[in-house]
Amino acid sequence: MSAPVSAPTRPSTRLPAAWRPVFESWLTAYRRTWRGSLFGRFLSPLMFLLSLGLGLGSLVNSSAGGVGGVPYLQYVVPGIVAAQAMWVAMGESTYPVMGAIRWNAKYHAMLATPVGIDDLLIGHLLYVALQITGATAIFMAVAALFGSFASWWVVLALPVTVLTGMAFAVPIFAFSAKQETDSGFNILFRFIMTPLFLFSGIFFPVENLPAFLRPIAWVMPLWHGVEVDRSLALGSPELAGILGHTAYLLVVIAAGGWLARRAFTKRLVV
Amino acid sequence: MTDSHSDLLLHATGLTKKFGDFTAVDGIDFAVERGESFGFLGPNGAGKSSTMKMVGCVSPATGGTLRVFGQDPATDGPAIRARLGVVPQKDTLDEELTVQENLWIYGRYFGLSRSEVRSRATELLAFAQLTDRATSKVEPLSGGMKRRLTIARSLISRPQILLLDEPTTGLDPQARHVLWDRLFRLKRSGVTLVLTTHYMDEAEQLCDRLVVMDHGKIVAQGSPRSLIDEYSTREVLELRFDTDDHVRHGDAIAGIGERIEVLPDRILVYAEDGDAAAAAVHQRGVEPMSSLVRRSTLEDVFLHLTGRTLVD
Repeated sequence: MSAPVSAPTRPSTRLPAAWRPVFESWLTAYRRTWRGSLFGRFLSPLMFLLSLGLGLGSLVNSSAGGVGGVPYLQYVVPGIVAAQAMWVAMGESTYPVMGAIRWNAKYHAMLATPVGIDDLLIGHLLYVALQITGATAIFMAVAALFGSFASWWVVLALPVTVLTGMAFAVPIFAFSAKQETDSGFNILFRFIMTPLFLFSGIFFPVENLPAFLRPIAWVMPLWHGVEVDRSLALGSPELAGILGHTAYLLVVIAAGGWLARRAFTKRLVV
Repeated sequence: MTDSHSDLLLHATGLTKKFGDFTAVDGIDFAVERGESFGFLGPNGAGKSSTMKMVGCVSPATGGTLRVFGQDPATDGPAIRARLGVVPQKDTLDEELTVQENLWIYGRYFGLSRSEVRSRATELLAFAQLTDRATSKVEPLSGGMKRRLTIARSLISRPQILLLDEPTTGLDPQARHVLWDRLFRLKRSGVTLVLTTHYMDEAEQLCDRLVVMDHGKIVAQGSPRSLIDEYSTREVLELRFDTDDHVRHGDAIAGIGERIEVLPDRILVYAEDGDAAAAAVHQRGVEPMSSLVRRSTLEDVFLHLTGRTLVD
């Protein structure tokens, strides 16, 4: 047969929105592994619910009457919802980003086409947002069966939780693009994520922390997500508080986007 | 200058690429016309890949001017890339996905519809002789198959220029010949090929015209034939001696042929008539372990121009 390259096509002057195929590409890759990841996403909330919500919860409820009168299950689960978004964000924005730069060169393949740095970032980040949305929805559905939420307002916690996750994912994209090896991820995991998980008002109020630790909780995105999720789940939302926390998350995402764009350009356009 | 009234697809003047203090590409000039098959020949580190990345609009030039289809990569990168097919030095296939999924996804980056991508993929898999592997994963494929898939992938947008960075490096001879055959078909069908290589046989097989690069500079250019005519003799006599020191033997045969190159493992005598040169060596009482007469190649051109061999 002859070579399949006949008349060259004339280029269209208007190029398509190239973030879409990038998003599709990540989704196609996910279709290979979704079964395994889905299982994990059902399992992790169950473990938290059983151990902390019900196990530790019965102890807290019987000895202290919950936290400020709220049963411990209903106190702790909304916080864990926000924290899980952080963990999923971390998983999706560390190794996959480093791999796409260094190991499988997925980004390089994309950049040889009309896809640009912005398309590549937007497409990949939207895919991460979808992952966080899915994981959060599953977690909330399972938790709801156990009576973890006092109010239907909790439905609004879903978008805020996704923003909380993205407030980690976007800056971590910038961080991952700068790493030469994966040892930086260990530091991120041990010295940033784990302390945040413990000290962001999930298991006990931030006011119970030593005073010098409180500002750290306030500055990082997780505490803001925890506050909004809890107030919605308990059915006591306060508009001003929700707007303030959400605005803060958006600012972190915007700043992270600027950093990520810079780091990606420096790394991939040389 | 636009491509509508010019057949000059690539045009570079004083093109330069620096990484900090290191100059990878040092002010080179070249032009490629529609339908041509053009090569950059040179050893590793000569600046070939850096040049290809600038032409591919993924790496900004540090200096000089570069026009691809008459457009400037600095401002029209995506529009230019939409008309290029790129075969990078290292395969960037998605190994977790199937052969056909790799083509589909890549076609979508060019804004092609799903149905268009599917019909083109079927056609290209036949061209790349991968139809029976369409639904298998990429990871277990042989190096040659992966390379053919990468070429098929680069063609999905029906590019006007195909950029190939060392297309057959690392492949066994059999796989290389299959690949050359495919590239030759593309060339015959009118695709403009621009390739880099450090294999002189590849350059001779595929290039109508080439430039020889060394240390970021172009040291010679022309057709493979004209380069050999200009920089080498018709034939070469290769002599090997049972010794660690070929220099001594070089002295003994000085004056035979037009020129002598003493390499660590052999001596090359450049002459119009190799057999006559061999006879002259024998007359001087010099007894090599083996002697072989062959035609000059681009390897000899490179050796003459730089004093070094291409592949070390």
